[in-house]
Amino acid sequence: MAKLVLHPEKIDDPQVLVDLCPFGAMELAGDGLQINAACKMCKLCVRKGPEGAVTFEEDAPKASVDKSKWKGIAVYTDHVDGVIHPVTFELIGKAREMAQVTHQPVYALLLGSDVEEQAHELLHYGVDEVHVYDYPQLARFEIEPYTAAFEDFINKVHPSSILTGATTVGRQLAPRVAARMHTGLTADCTILEMEENTDLSQIRPAFGGNIMAHIKTPNHRPQMATVRYKIMNAPERDEDESGAIVVEAVNPSRLSSHVEVLDIVKKPKEDMIENADVLVVAGRGVKKPEDLEMLEELADLLGGQMACTRPLVEAGVMPAKNQIGLSGRTVRPKLIITAGVSGAVQFTAGMNHSDCIVAINSDPSAPIFKTANYGLVGDLYAVVPELIEKVKEQREAHV
Amino acid sequence: MKILVCIKQVPESNKVEVDPVTGVIKRDGAACKMNPYDLYALETAFRIREAMGGSVDVISMGPPQAQAVIREAYAMGADNGVLISDRAFGGADVLATSYALAQGIKASGDYDLILCGKQTIDGDTAQVGPEISEWLQIPSVANVKEIKELADDSITVAMDLPDEVEIAKVSLPCLLSVDKDIFMPRLPSYIRKMASADREITILALKDMDDKDASHYGLNGSPTQVQRIFPPDTSSHQEVWNGSGPILADRLCAKLTELKFI
Repeated sequence: MAKLVLHPEKIDDPQVLVDLCPFGAMELAGDGLQINAACKMCKLCVRKGPEGAVTFEEDAPKASVDKSKWKGIAVYTDHVDGVIHPVTFELIGKAREMAQVTHQPVYALLLGSDVEEQAHELLHYGVDEVHVYDYPQLARFEIEPYTAAFEDFINKVHPSSILTGATTVGRQLAPRVAARMHTGLTADCTILEMEENTDLSQIRPAFGGNIMAHIKTPNHRPQMATVRYKIMNAPERDEDESGAIVVEAVNPSRLSSHVEVLDIVKKPKEDMIENADVLVVAGRGVKKPEDLEMLEELADLLGGQMACTRPLVEAGVMPAKNQIGLSGRTVRPKLIITAGVSGAVQFTAGMNHSDCIVAINSDPSAPIFKTANYGLVGDLYAVVPELIEKVKEQREAHV
Repeated sequence: MKILVCIKQVPESNKVEVDPVTGVIKRDGAACKMNPYDLYALETAFRIREAMGGSVDVISMGPPQAQAVIREAYAMGADNGVLISDRAFGGADVLATSYALAQGIKASGDYDLILCGKQTIDGDTAQVGPEISEWLQIPSVANVKEIKELADDSITVAMDLPDEVEIAKVSLPCLLSVDKDIFMPRLPSYIRKMASADREITILALKDMDDKDASHYGLNGSPTQVQRIFPPDTSSHQEVWNGSGPILADRLCAKLTELKFI
């Protein structure tokens, strides 16, 4: 049992500790300083408070699991109706990289119905074993049967670490499995590193990305982490298959469910600019309405949408719902490319938190270059058509 | 229908800075509010109560000050509130938090429906809801964007997937995590605030739980351990490129490929 103990004799001014605690857990009550339930056990008071004022006391350390009984890294194969989500391949890539540290195998876990083809596809990405649970009850994701099959896999294979994509399915399944195994789960990791003793170093943003936390699961196995799409690098698909398919069996009675899927409705394509990952923004540098087609083509190629600055809305060439800025929408896409946008503060206030900002403008003194990560000083009519061709070439080279 | 909504008090602002030299966390004031995503879960509960009758209770975990969010839920229309509060629960990760909440829920009664918001704005994990459902051994559905049909023994919901919407019938009791915008949350009412001013809030401590083993809660019951916290690398990267159209296009295409946009 670990706890924080206050030593009043070493505390001259209790207010120092009250001010130090970022969670407001140090409280001056009737009989002096107390630690209340807001304490997050961050131990900042131990490290940064007056010498000896607060100590962290632990009884005999908890018995750790026998780590030698848990080997390898497993990746959950995220798919809907057999369409494998690309985050799966990215996680396999990361798992392979980390497995080189421990010289242990990489597994893929595949749950579904009629998924032989998908199992073979996974063998093109360098996993050592694909463990397949192929049952009609697993055709669609339902929390209970999926958790049961996942649990069966863990109990049979004993993977030391398990990586799951932070997708709609992964974000429900991973916590349910973690609770069943009484183990730790770290959400949305951005950096993962393997240590030689098989401990997994997990780094994730906290408080809306304002701080980073380095997390470990030192006394429990399996160690579980979820990772968002496009964080890790996918390996190249190998022409040849390698590794083995292991068909797993589980008593079908364990695959019962209290959820019944009644219907599946395809969604119309969302076109709100706030939801787009990629935006191409047309500014006043666009001379004719017809020229928007070129930017539209670029947006399509990058899987994004078109947005604009206020003058284009006022001119009636773009709808108001596509306007970025103080009098329009605020956006935070992963990539924003502005073309012919000067970058007045009324505009940049609506987009300056975007992850990656590219600006194309012929005026080297345009204020947009103060905001852009990559400022291209050039005529958009010279750059954009060339860029479209290059992107197409790049695409074709990869198909 | 007996409905329980899980709510949390979160900092008003998630502006946190870590002093790079001392490692001390600096938070922007101590102002707190209800986690905004929980408002949608509360509103969903009120709509179901209006349609089916029954009650809407709320449960939270945190320091004594967190009673403020239960008062706010009362002013919106909640019937009874429970606050799980004990130093023994401090330093809990997702597993220990969801376990304490599940124990608190068991100690509070039998519920047909448990509702959670999508996620909290301070933890951002969206994991506590699904883990509670595991401890309670009930089915769960997340990303619920619409309630389709209500019956005495089931609820039919629309689950939002990236490219499709799945309509699923879930038997009760169950846990649902609802999306933002499922319903427009109502504002707290002054009349209800006054009327509920004397209403009690049940405080649950370790001694009130079925499982009183302190090693299952808080830091001791948490498999994950924070090794350290540090400021993110925010040095914003800026480059200006000059050149002809084809040269600029070439460099940009290479950069976009490197950044995985192509």
